Amino acid sequence: MIGAAGQTRNPKCEYRPGKQRSDSTVQNGGSHPPKAESAILTFASCSLILGFQVLFAAVCCPVVAAQDEEPKPGPIKEFFDKLDTEYHGFYEARAGYRLQNDPHEKDMSILEARYQFDLFSMRDWGDVKVKGDLYGDGVEEKGVFDLREANLFMRPTDTMDVKLGRQVLTWGTGDLIFINDLFPKDWQSFFVGRDTEYLKAPSDAVKVSFFMDWANLDVAYTPEFDSDRFISGERLSYWNPVLGDRAGEDNTLSVERRREFLEEDELALRLYRNIRNYELALYGYWGYWKSPGGFNDAMNAAVFPELYVYGASVRGTVGKGIGNAEIGYYDSIDDRDGDDFLINNSELRYLVGYTQEIGRDFTAGVQYYIEQILDYGDYEDSQPAGMPKRDEFRHLTTLRLTKLLMNQNLNLSLFTYYCPSDEDVYLRPIANYKASDHLTVEVGSNVFFGDEAYTFFGQFEDNTNAYLAVRYSF
Amino acid sequence: MLRKTSFVVLSAFVVFGLFLVAGVSAADSDVPDVQTIVNKANIVAYYQGDDGKATVKMTITNKAGQTREREFIILRKDVADGGDQNYFVYFQRPSDVRRMVYLVQKHTGEGKDDDRWLYLPALDLVKRIAASDKRTSFVGSDFVYEDVSGRGLDLDTHELVETTDTLFVVKNVPKKPEEVEFSYYTVAIDRKTYVPMKMEFYDKQGQLYRIIESKDVRVIQEFPTVTKSLVKDLKTGGQTEMEFTDIRYNVGIGDIFEERYLRRPPREAMR
Repeated sequence: MIGAAGQTRNPKCEYRPGKQRSDSTVQNGGSHPPKAESAILTFASCSLILGFQVLFAAVCCPVVAAQDEEPKPGPIKEFFDKLDTEYHGFYEARAGYRLQNDPHEKDMSILEARYQFDLFSMRDWGDVKVKGDLYGDGVEEKGVFDLREANLFMRPTDTMDVKLGRQVLTWGTGDLIFINDLFPKDWQSFFVGRDTEYLKAPSDAVKVSFFMDWANLDVAYTPEFDSDRFISGERLSYWNPVLGDRAGEDNTLSVERRREFLEEDELALRLYRNIRNYELALYGYWGYWKSPGGFNDAMNAAVFPELYVYGASVRGTVGKGIGNAEIGYYDSIDDRDGDDFLINNSELRYLVGYTQEIGRDFTAGVQYYIEQILDYGDYEDSQPAGMPKRDEFRHLTTLRLTKLLMNQNLNLSLFTYYCPSDEDVYLRPIANYKASDHLTVEVGSNVFFGDEAYTFFGQFEDNTNAYLAVRYSF
Repeated sequence: MLRKTSFVVLSAFVVFGLFLVAGVSAADSDVPDVQTIVNKANIVAYYQGDDGKATVKMTITNKAGQTREREFIILRKDVADGGDQNYFVYFQRPSDVRRMVYLVQKHTGEGKDDDRWLYLPALDLVKRIAASDKRTSFVGSDFVYEDVSGRGLDLDTHELVETTDTLFVVKNVPKKPEEVEFSYYTVAIDRKTYVPMKMEFYDKQGQLYRIIESKDVRVIQEFPTVTKSLVKDLKTGGQTEMEFTDIRYNVGIGDIFEERYLRRPPREAMR
């Protein structure tokens, strides 16, 4: 796709839907310790969930009753006020179900009660930010702490910014399509119906930005590879090419993690400048395929082969709207000749997009995206017989429609991925209503369908779900 | 002095409108021609000083009496008086939009659209905004974008329709009526300070449907400044009050209107 996850249907990616986090240790024979991220606090899950829901109800009910009144600061806020630290966050309950039977997964697609805290403090020497989510996950039956940000920001000179620590990083011009943004994504959260915020997984990195007269340069260095939180059979059923069929939590795959600090690292650069408000950028990335892009036969595990990416983009006013174009060359270092069927070939990826306001508070955006497999002849020749092959060109179109109603408190949006070459579709309709300055209600759906069970979106057909969420922000 | 006074003030955000021409009332030597009036009022409403900063609190009240609040810090820097200018808006409330940044490079030339960006901190995303309709609501309030950053003087024809002891009343008729929802609007401008005190918008049927009033005007650093304004939408029954505090002019705002400061605002924008 959607960039990094795009190789999903590649038969080479039998491994792709491997699991992540703690299961990697189990399935990898315990050679690598699980990462601190999303440390799983294996609580007696249900009690935690129940606790959250009670908490949530306690907070929300009085709020609904008197939603226009500013809530009184609680003891936590007062505590942080004394430390000259802003304390914000939200409580959220979210529940969703599959709209059809999925033989490989539970009916419930999401069920969680979540608390997010967001601490921010400005000091003379810089800013400190810590943001974390604590949630009870009723589908996986566990309590989870996901530290989303923990960083220091400094502006040491007029021409330099530094951000150090866990942070969310984004660049590039695509709308839910990523070519040169090779920072980690959380596809699982995206497809099960969590807030769009969770599509971006955090990086443990240092980002240094230099601002010069002729251009600006961002350097993001991640000392230990941060993969995507890619699709795992644990939550979403997927196409498993080894089985030649869809699989789910009954057949999650092992992955071989890269965890060598300072050895298995990532470097991403962006050089950019504006010319008459046309935003021009050049990109470079030296790291690994973000979702599994290869398979280790001996280990029987999916791997993250080495990947270098070089790209460019432009964005600016075109007619009445905003146009963008982006290109990226994916240099698959471990299979430069394209004849190793276990490793992804190199690719070229292209994107053009255009967004325009087409009515009052009504915006439409379209994109056309192509993934081209290089050395396609070698790819074809190397594939074992009987494996479904990817097309040389994968075409993907997107359409986004956004309409605001009721004083912009009701946001109706529809994002559509349609892949004419694979003949599959992914729809994301969302209605979000701000009932007050604090309370938001959202209903949405993730709809997948396709002619074949092995195409990128088609494989998720049985995961089609609808969800409801209530959030109280403070 | 009067001239200088009329030259400053940031109510840049506040109410306004204004406009032009119509025959000069030659009979009254104190009455300048309408183009002069609207030019001065435009400067007073949007271009006071070289730059300005304020904390803005909006209270949006719907017909049922339910209220919503918006709070943000706004920084403005002029490129040219009466011409292009830049706005930097740092949201503080409500909490779901906290730390969002909205950046506008306003262009006043004929047929030129503004450049707008939005920064969403949770995604670290710099978004380019395609909106070109300046008559849409600003952050869900009863103010529209043009109320906040100004309506180009050359978009309307202007006629001085009344002169009282204290006010000039100018009628403004859009040159391209198909692009706006009103058929005309009037602006009552204070004769001494050139602060627009009241604007009344009439719909295509000639019915009054929208009123913006300056409820409080104070002199800040010698610049007459609207510190409280109120817009009422007679059709929806909604209203929005906008209050300005911590107003300062000529604060020496640097070149903050670019991506670097979208991703991390300068300190002066954050408090």
